[in-house]
Amino acid sequence: MARVRVLIRPKEGILDPQGKAVERALPALGFERIEHVRVGRMVELEAEDADRVPELCEKLLANPLIEDFEIESLDGA
Amino acid sequence: MLWGVLQFPGSCDERDALHACGLTGEARLVWHEDRDLGGVDAIVIPGGFSYGDYLRAGAIARFSPAMESVAELAAGGGPVLGICNGFQVLCEAGLLPGALLLNDDLRFVCRQVELIAGGDPSSPPADRAAARSPFLAGIEAGERLSIPVKHGEGRYWAPPAILDEIEANGQIAFRYAAGQNPNGSARDIAGVLNKAGNVLGLMPHPEHAVDALTGSTDGLRLFEGAERSPA
Repeated sequence: MARVRVLIRPKEGILDPQGKAVERALPALGFERIEHVRVGRMVELEAEDADRVPELCEKLLANPLIEDFEIESLDGA
Repeated sequence: MLWGVLQFPGSCDERDALHACGLTGEARLVWHEDRDLGGVDAIVIPGGFSYGDYLRAGAIARFSPAMESVAELAAGGGPVLGICNGFQVLCEAGLLPGALLLNDDLRFVCRQVELIAGGDPSSPPADRAAARSPFLAGIEAGERLSIPVKHGEGRYWAPPAILDEIEANGQIAFRYAAGQNPNGSARDIAGVLNKAGNVLGLMPHPEHAVDALTGSTDGLRLFEGAERSPA
């Protein structure tokens, strides 16, 4: 089985209120000069046929209209 | 007319939807695992949290067996109404353009809102999906309806090119009245139609506005319109 990690994030240009909320909390904690916080999702899975993972991402794990995704192999890492 | 109200694990407004449909016609529940819709003429996909809204709202519900039949009903011109979570399901299924994102202020909103029907009244009626929609039969473009919203993920979004296209096609069924956009939706869009006008998705809940006792009967007009329209 191939071990795979999928990273999903809101597309650039789409308001990400979760990222904004995190960003707004930072100064109160003493973290300065941190910008462009984006909150996404991570999915890890094991697949017999890793070639089909992109299709899985397009159809279910991400909504390609609003989200970008990246696929990483966890094997040999 | 026989209405079917689709029920997923996690649906929570199916009883009000059944009640609203039952005020104008006959209505029955359809379980999401049923490929056979049982001969219904129209479908309501109600509000709630189908499959717990895991992954994204509506993302998993769209793969249920009943949704294949809903897509066939829609392709054949049958009226399909997606309310709130049902709207999210229809967008995920590709039956309607766009997507619903987290409200811009991250707050769950629950309040009565004023909607303006029929998109842009300045475009010629013949070109408007809104003018053909069974749900908008008997509702004039520009009319105001008072209907409640209750959602955390209702911010309608589509790329600007798609927004331009659906506006030009008259696919905007409802906009929030000026100053009442509760979630940051693009161009104040509260509900959209498919090109043919027979599929409607909206975040506000017409099924909660069918009795004067709860403040408004404006929602009933959508069900009555579909009931009166020729199949």
